[in-house]
Amino acid sequence: MTTETIPAPRSSYAPPKKRRVNWEKWGWLYMRISGLFLVVLIFGHLFVNLASGAGVREIDFAFIAGKYATPFWIVWDTLLLWFALIHGANGMRTIVNDYAHRVVLRRVLLTAILVSTVVLLVLGTLVIYTFDPCPANAAAGTLPTFCPVK
Amino acid sequence: MPENSAGTLAPQPVAKPKIKPPRRLAGTLYRGREGMWSWVLHRITGVSIYFFLLVHILDTSVVRISPQAYNAVIDQYKTPIMGLGELALVIAIGYHALNGLRIILIDFWSVGARHQRLLFIIVILLWIVLVAGFAPRQISNIILEATGHPSA
Repeated sequence: MTTETIPAPRSSYAPPKKRRVNWEKWGWLYMRISGLFLVVLIFGHLFVNLASGAGVREIDFAFIAGKYATPFWIVWDTLLLWFALIHGANGMRTIVNDYAHRVVLRRVLLTAILVSTVVLLVLGTLVIYTFDPCPANAAAGTLPTFCPVK
Repeated sequence: MPENSAGTLAPQPVAKPKIKPPRRLAGTLYRGREGMWSWVLHRITGVSIYFFLLVHILDTSVVRISPQAYNAVIDQYKTPIMGLGELALVIAIGYHALNGLRIILIDFWSVGARHQRLLFIIVILLWIVLVAGFAPRQISNIILEATGHPSA
């Protein structure tokens, strides 16, 4: 019996490339995880603001002040803002990548999505955490009942 | 005599292939029928909700300017036209949420992809139940707005 000779491989051994973070995978996973959170957050938001009581007709400044009197809705709205806007922006990014074939157009649209997302996240977060239920510039009859009488 | 003589190699009437072309471009998870149309609806509702969300963050931010400014903005939502818009929003969010849960089941449940068509039917049924539960409330609010009771 003769010894089998194994021919040399056609390509020489190449060290594996340095593994980079697979952002597309994490984006894909984010859509599903944030989606689960958003089902609860959005339907809770819609129920309290749109379905219960008199619906949207009972929303005014005093209604918001009443909600933000406890940390519960502050945390709820913060999670809602961040989860929803990033979920939406990532979805729009996918759609732009699907349909905007021209490089310049795609870059402009992706930049617009990124900029608007960052601006609205900062704006929304500032509004939630700097909210004053009894501001000095309030017109008569707009404040919640718990504000000190001027 | 050789088995393959010149005579047998000559062109002969070729039997028609028995493979039939597919009747329609369907049958996969992504192309045609429920798989594709659920995706199309998911995109349309998603884009609609996204643009509403941009506006909604901005209109809510007016709460930081002054109570009267916010009340003026939110009063714009208390009109019959915006009432119908809110109904459309809930219809869009209801579909996007339910079909999103279907996507999660297709991706992570071992037999989810096999039952994607059944899952789509369940999504549509739950969607109808959801809208049927919300629409009467909203329509009664729209009627109250139209008949001159703008606030509760």
